[in-house]
Amino acid sequence: MDEVAIIGVAQTRYQRDNPASHAEMAYEVTRKALEDAGLTIDDIDNTVTVCNDFWDGRTISCMTITEATGSHKVPTTNVEGDGTYGALMGAMRLLSGLHEVTLVVAQSKVSEGIPAVITNAMFDPVYERSLGLDAINSSALQMRRYMSKYGITEEQCAKVSVKNHKNAKSNPYAHMPLDITVDDVLKSRVLADPIKLLDTSPVSDGACAIIMAVDEVAKKRCSKPVWIRGIGHCADAYHLGDRDLAEVDALVSAARRAYGMAGIQDPVREIDVAEVYDAFSYMELMWMEGLGFCGRGEGGAMIDSGMTGMNGALPVNPSGGVLSAHPVQAAGLARIAEAVLQLKGKADARQVEGATVALAHGIEGACGQGHCVFVLGR
Amino acid sequence: MKNRVGIVGVGQTHHKSKNTDCKGQELISIAVKRALESADLTMVDIDAIVIGNMDHFESINYVDMWSVDGSGGYMKPIMKVTTGGTTGSAVGHAGFYHVASGLFDTVLAIGWEQNSESDTTAAISTCFDPITEREFCGGAIGPLAAQYTAYMSKYGATEEDAALVSVRDHNNAALYNPYAHLRQTITVEEVMKSPYISYPMKLLDICPRSDGACAVIFAGEDKAKKTVERPAWILGVGDCHILVHLADGIGLANLPSLERAAREAYEMAGITDPFRQFDVAELYVPASTAGVTWMEALGLCEEGEGPRLIRSGVTNMGGELPINPSGGVLATNPIGATGLLRIGEAALQVMGKAEEKQVEGARVAVATGFGGCFWSDITVLSSSTQLG
Repeated sequence: MDEVAIIGVAQTRYQRDNPASHAEMAYEVTRKALEDAGLTIDDIDNTVTVCNDFWDGRTISCMTITEATGSHKVPTTNVEGDGTYGALMGAMRLLSGLHEVTLVVAQSKVSEGIPAVITNAMFDPVYERSLGLDAINSSALQMRRYMSKYGITEEQCAKVSVKNHKNAKSNPYAHMPLDITVDDVLKSRVLADPIKLLDTSPVSDGACAIIMAVDEVAKKRCSKPVWIRGIGHCADAYHLGDRDLAEVDALVSAARRAYGMAGIQDPVREIDVAEVYDAFSYMELMWMEGLGFCGRGEGGAMIDSGMTGMNGALPVNPSGGVLSAHPVQAAGLARIAEAVLQLKGKADARQVEGATVALAHGIEGACGQGHCVFVLGR
Repeated sequence: MKNRVGIVGVGQTHHKSKNTDCKGQELISIAVKRALESADLTMVDIDAIVIGNMDHFESINYVDMWSVDGSGGYMKPIMKVTTGGTTGSAVGHAGFYHVASGLFDTVLAIGWEQNSESDTTAAISTCFDPITEREFCGGAIGPLAAQYTAYMSKYGATEEDAALVSVRDHNNAALYNPYAHLRQTITVEEVMKSPYISYPMKLLDICPRSDGACAVIFAGEDKAKKTVERPAWILGVGDCHILVHLADGIGLANLPSLERAAREAYEMAGITDPFRQFDVAELYVPASTAGVTWMEALGLCEEGEGPRLIRSGVTNMGGELPINPSGGVLATNPIGATGLLRIGEAALQVMGKAEEKQVEGARVAVATGFGGCFWSDITVLSSSTQLG
């Protein structure tokens, strides 16, 4: 569906304790995305912000970046979810025929909050919250279930961390470029067995912006528009106990929808590069299965084969992924921005040669309860 | 607009101050079931869901995910939209865009709030800048009071004018809306004698906070026509989130955000003479004072003419342009649902399904949302796909 294109992207450098305010970070990426697209703020006819009251520590948190993103001047809305959902809302506004150019901005200052408390609040207040569940220990349950059901090893998960932190060395925006070994990961401090420190994404502050346009505008303003070929999103059951945590049904459904729209039948062959939401090392393996890059339970074998490395047939997370920078609300939008850079041939040292079709993916809720998948093409 | 969008179903809970029978997911489930029943649809027909509330009223993070058990969103596309007081109207607009985009054919929009779970004003006060503004603990009432003081001084409006709005809305709720939260008839004298909360606003001038949910089903043109005999077509939408700091100027005697949003929606819908073209209005009036002043921003009267319009009775049931037959926000305010209730109630009017509160022959309706920092959303609906 070559109707909506992404014509500009921008990211801050991701770091802990960024002294910039929410608004300053949002302003930086708004300005840079406009520069990247060759537009001015007057060309933007609607905006979508992505703010979350818990992570931002205030109510109506979209107010923090309303002015910085020019949202006070044009129709606007705020999606509270991963940045990929914000991009989806932006695409909907353009597909309606009522708007021509959408600015989508997501930001997070994770270092200002207490992630364990904020993510504890996603669990049922009566039955589950008092157990102390949070993003890390609930994911530990998922990793354990995935390992035991499919025979995945901690070493295989560690390989994801080694690969992605190494990839991050070629990404100037990344928070955690690291030269580490599987042994380093395995010996790092246990946070919630079997998750260790180096299996975990960092606490990052940062923002990301993308500018989308309808086809007539995109063709006029951009020599290399990146087209949105397909989008799909889906949510699984809420209570962890209602799910088999080793399964990825919602992602399968979201991917099927996105692939159907994009006409993708054989994702491994047809997709050249993927940016997926690897909040923990094991997640990349599970998401590859859900995205149909390999069979169920074959994520471990896939990382062993080197296929998802920079020189493999399907590089996954050349940017270093979320393991190397995790500005929560912005992390999925950053996956889209990185995929766009790949397709434009502007990914510099992390460029996958000749990439023409890319996939970007975001998650929502505990243990990937919700997923949003974008297929982009040149 | 590439794809025409119609509302085919509306459902809501019986709203109350503190619903001890239901937790949030159950409130949502009741509204969803009623919306589906009203359109004779089932969850199988629903292609996607959009939901909204304000996080700090219940302290539940990722409500889109948490609500799956109540919304019916298991293994469906679902996302959350939240913009403060305008959340309900923003959720409605997001539902509209889901269908207008052509990506989804039948979409469930849900607004809900269980305000009894929190201290509403404390939660609202954290919307202001933590360094420069939060310590004033502004909440929502003070700025509205300041606005009416300025309006009274500039245009000679009175506290009694505001009381007339309060009487109109409360009595509509009491007489015509079985779902409303506050259902007692009141008099101007009772409003005037109620205690001051923030001059010139008295207890009976301001909205309650409620527990409740609302669900509205949006459908593409073909599906809408197949589903119900007379859908409520969305002819225009506008939203304007104009300010961040109150001190930047809330438009002391008017509502600039509503003016701009109305301009956008009217242009899209072809509304040129709103007072004559609208048959009924469901306005997000968080305080009776706003019911006097904001009609100007909608172009329903000239600047400063709000009091004259209210005193004349044309906005009462049976008048030329009934406003808030449902009783509006002054009677019912489950915040994340409030803006969506306006859209839902306006839709019921043009669908001819408003029952006791039906305005005879209503064909064109307007619904508004208010919140954030004096922000406005607006929706124009009609029983016809275009204005005749």
